[in-house]
Amino acid sequence: MKVGLFIPCYVDQFYPQVAVATLELLERYGCEVHYPLKQTCCGQPMANSGFASMAGGCDKNFIANFSGYEYIVCPSGSCALHIKEHLHSAEEPNAAATIRERIYELTEFITDVLKLEGVKASFPHKVGLHVSCHGQRMLHLSSMSEKVEKPFSKAEALLSTVDGLELFRTSRADECCGFGGTFCVTEEAVSVSMGNTRIKEHLANGVHYITGGDMSCLMHLEGLLKRQKIDIKVIHLAEILNTQ
Amino acid sequence: MSQPATHHNKAAAAFLKNGQRAQWHDETLWFVRAKRDKAAHQIPEWEALRNLGSQIKEHTLSNLDEYLLQFEANAKKNGIKVHWANNAAEHNQIVYEILLHHNAVNVVKSKSMLTEECGLNHYLAERKISVVDTDLGEYIVQLRNEPPSHIVLPAIHLKKEDVSNTFHKHLHTEKNNQDPVYLTRAARQVLRKKFITADAAITGVNFAVAETGGIVVCTNEGNADLGVHANKVHIACMGFEKIIPRAQDLSVFLRLLARSATGQPITTYSSHFHRPKAGQEMHIVLVNNGRTEQLGREAFRNSLKCIRCAACFNTCPVYRRSGGHSYHNSVAGPIGSILAPNLDMRKNADLPFASTLCGSCTNVCPVKINIHEQLWSWRQVLMAEGYGGSAKKASMKLMTGVLSKPAVYRLSTGMARFFMRYLPFLVNNRLNPWYKQRDMPSAPKESFKDWYKKNRNHE
Ligand code: SF4
Repeated sequence: MKVGLFIPCYVDQFYPQVAVATLELLERYGCEVHYPLKQTCCGQPMANSGFASMAGGCDKNFIANFSGYEYIVCPSGSCALHIKEHLHSAEEPNAAATIRERIYELTEFITDVLKLEGVKASFPHKVGLHVSCHGQRMLHLSSMSEKVEKPFSKAEALLSTVDGLELFRTSRADECCGFGGTFCVTEEAVSVSMGNTRIKEHLANGVHYITGGDMSCLMHLEGLLKRQKIDIKVIHLAEILNTQ
Repeated sequence: MSQPATHHNKAAAAFLKNGQRAQWHDETLWFVRAKRDKAAHQIPEWEALRNLGSQIKEHTLSNLDEYLLQFEANAKKNGIKVHWANNAAEHNQIVYEILLHHNAVNVVKSKSMLTEECGLNHYLAERKISVVDTDLGEYIVQLRNEPPSHIVLPAIHLKKEDVSNTFHKHLHTEKNNQDPVYLTRAARQVLRKKFITADAAITGVNFAVAETGGIVVCTNEGNADLGVHANKVHIACMGFEKIIPRAQDLSVFLRLLARSATGQPITTYSSHFHRPKAGQEMHIVLVNNGRTEQLGREAFRNSLKCIRCAACFNTCPVYRRSGGHSYHNSVAGPIGSILAPNLDMRKNADLPFASTLCGSCTNVCPVKINIHEQLWSWRQVLMAEGYGGSAKKASMKLMTGVLSKPAVYRLSTGMARFFMRYLPFLVNNRLNPWYKQRDMPSAPKESFKDWYKKNRNHE
């Protein structure tokens, strides 16, 4: 199974360990993983700022990097979603459509394509799960509190098979953390207030780690935690699932 | 030409300055959202009901002209006088002329967001006609000379002590008496007199039924009924989008509305008005005010499905933390942010950005408006129309250029200005708003790309 690894630009720069964990995890479960070296950014920051019309170059570059893979896997629901919804090309419409179909968020890929029911991992800690909105509400990686539907969560199902891990839910199970891309600076005050609510609920649970499928949300929470000198660490799901 | 209003982010920051009050606002509205969840979960077919509501509205919008005319014909048959207003000014003038004709100088009004949208109170006040808002929340904000901050809970930004102070000042209640029963009684005494001594009553409309030519008004306080029954003139004002085809469609919308709004199975009063009672005159003003334009905007058309339940407000983490006034529009919250730019792009260009696009609004919406997608689409329209400013556009062009050329991207450390704006967490700079209350992520020894080249290069 030939997999193209799509690593969000900020993960490449600041959280290489998340990318390494994703790569190793996929390899462990039998994938042949390639990381196309000329990938840059999916263009989401521009599109969400209202400049999707200018993202043509990013799209072109993405298509050049990722055409030909059976699957494209990304350890971020948000970036995967952007590609799924907004990758377009006037010159290569078919290539774009194929990529839109073949892109997966990591836990989605593990659950729906690899069909793993569990992982061999051990993480004996109290862990809180942060549910990131794009993965949840748009990729439907878990049920949503607003909807009347059967509860499920791809991330929780995987985490529940990790040895020693004690998982805690927050009272507002899926409220947004306030990262929101450029929102985190254009609406700084609201963004911070939203992040602090999340942290307060995790603190009440007494967790040592906050995990999730999107490093961008975790980076925002980490920034707040560090500034307030709160002893909770953030860790990407891939890192937990990749522990031996 | 209109000027941009105070940017939402500034108003929101000011709102959040009072941390305790902001937290209270957030928690109070979250409580309403939780009640909505509970009510929805008691209906196993909830999602099917939402689909149905959405489809009825879809059908109605596709045949809006016919249903409006059918409604007009049936209403006239019932003895109601029907008026058409193309914009806010026409609406206000029509209402004024009806009042003038009856020498009405005291008017009681039950909640109508449309009259807020049209600025009716102010317009009539300038013409020496006094309008009293009789919904308790509306009455409170009216005494304070403030606009409502929420379309269902107009005074939700106020606490008991604020109401106590306001009533002490205007109704001479005891200073610092914050007992809700005491305060409500005081308001009731004043309002009862107003109902009886008024010359005319204005109401909003929740649903206008094309098939019957009647309207339905939903309240919890019965104030619409009191106003209408105590007066010789009833003027009901409604936007075009309030039309539904058949009376039986109410069985869908009445179930959805109150559950979504407050978690009640149904509002205390669902008042049906079909014709004037003996000796009474009944008028309906049908208002366009930009609605046909919105109908013509493919991407935004279904925002007209809105039944004004405010579920999207209550669930919105940004609304809960910034308060309704920060949206500088009669309808605030997520839905307001997609309705407002239709009325005035320049003034409201900030609103579609007052969202993280988390999508919770779309999920609670009883008529399934894709609110967060429309917020995204408005961003595209506003930037294309130049409301982002030329500097923003130029820096964006530069950057998308860089991001599409991997070789240049590798050397792009000089792109700090762009990163500060679009990937702000990558720039350690004290001017960077990220850094105000958050630490920067610490830089690792090497990027993943470099690690990969050393450890796995397949190329
Ligand atoms: S957009 Fe939907 S959720 Fe928001 S007020 Fe309208 S009907 Fe209610």
